Amino acid sequence: MKPNFEPFNDIPGTTIFTIEKAREGFHLNQFCMSLRTEENRKRFLADGPAYLAEWPMTDEQKQAVIDRDFQKMLDLGGNVYFLSKIFASEGMSYVQAVSTMTDMSAEEYQAMMVAGGRNIEGWRSKKERGEA
Amino acid sequence: MAKIVAGITTSHVPAVGHAVDAGKEKEPYWAPMFEGYEFSKQWVKDNPADVDIIVYNDHASYFGMEIMPTFAMGIADNYAICDEGYGRRPIPDVEGAPELSTHIAASLITDDFDMTILNVLEVDHGLTVPMSLMYGTPEKWPTKVIPLPVNVVMNPQPSGERCLSLGKAIKRAVESFDGDVKVRIWGTGGMSHQIQGARAGLINLPWDIQFMDDLINQPEVLQYKPHLEYMIEAGSEGVELIMWLIMRGALGDKVNEVYRFNHVPASNTSVGHLILTPKED
Repeated sequence: MKPNFEPFNDIPGTTIFTIEKAREGFHLNQFCMSLRTEENRKRFLADGPAYLAEWPMTDEQKQAVIDRDFQKMLDLGGNVYFLSKIFASEGMSYVQAVSTMTDMSAEEYQAMMVAGGRNIEGWRSKKERGEA
Repeated sequence: MAKIVAGITTSHVPAVGHAVDAGKEKEPYWAPMFEGYEFSKQWVKDNPADVDIIVYNDHASYFGMEIMPTFAMGIADNYAICDEGYGRRPIPDVEGAPELSTHIAASLITDDFDMTILNVLEVDHGLTVPMSLMYGTPEKWPTKVIPLPVNVVMNPQPSGERCLSLGKAIKRAVESFDGDVKVRIWGTGGMSHQIQGARAGLINLPWDIQFMDDLINQPEVLQYKPHLEYMIEAGSEGVELIMWLIMRGALGDKVNEVYRFNHVPASNTSVGHLILTPKED
């Protein structure tokens, strides 16, 4: 069956980690995997650019890591479960890190979650929102 | 003959594991969620089993991108606990069930399910958080475990039909094992949640509840729900719910609903939990 990733592009504010994105982000995600040991986390936090220089990632991917720009990392083939190793190494929770990809502060985001989460109305389709 | 005696589904939020490890179950934020599992903790004591087959997904904890198996099965004696970036959770290793798992894996492959075989595996919160929810903080886990990792991270994921069929094949595999072994099957992950992008934080409780109803009453219809609908309605990570279909397939045509619980939120996630038993004709 011919794969069809096209419909994913209409979901607002969402990057689906397809096999194609996985290829693009392979080295970025493998760098993230290396942060599963305390020794590597220490080295990365001590000197991020030096640690990143050991990985055959693109300059854009490396800069996104240095900037902790998680949305940019997603755009460049990162997957959030891999990227979580970056924010975990800094002791940041999923809620704190995820909120940085929204237009809310961590406190506002947490308040939205406690109040029942983001309501889906208006968030089903870019076409519906006039974004496409 | 070995027998599947119950099915359990539950979300597997990492923050829940951290809350258990830090003894925060009674804090106001967490108490309403943990109270929802009190019934279940007692129920699994009153209705013991020998082996738990736990369907879960790894979250870039053991599997990197070198190898991404669609369906895999652990057949080891023992599974260590991953360091997911925060340090290893202070919980015991998980004991395997090598005789039963080798039998099931061989049966599934013979039945045309191309399982990846894992003689070495470290398990992450996808498997250990459900165990903490059901068993608390024991020094040794009360059951042996067969881990069944499913790729729900990289699209394409296995179809709903394939997941339900795998569950049915697991039932056949268990029932063809010689030995009086009581087995439970767990489907973990979900419910609605999205942890990336500008749409992060999405929760769709009405959809979650309908999913539970359909899982119980009409899995043969539910299996055809396209992944795109999970992504739109339950968030990009809501597609984990296809793992619940594997659990459901292993329980047979009709089930008894023993227990149901929903709670919003745990961290970024809508928590859902079911205990089901096969309904004998």
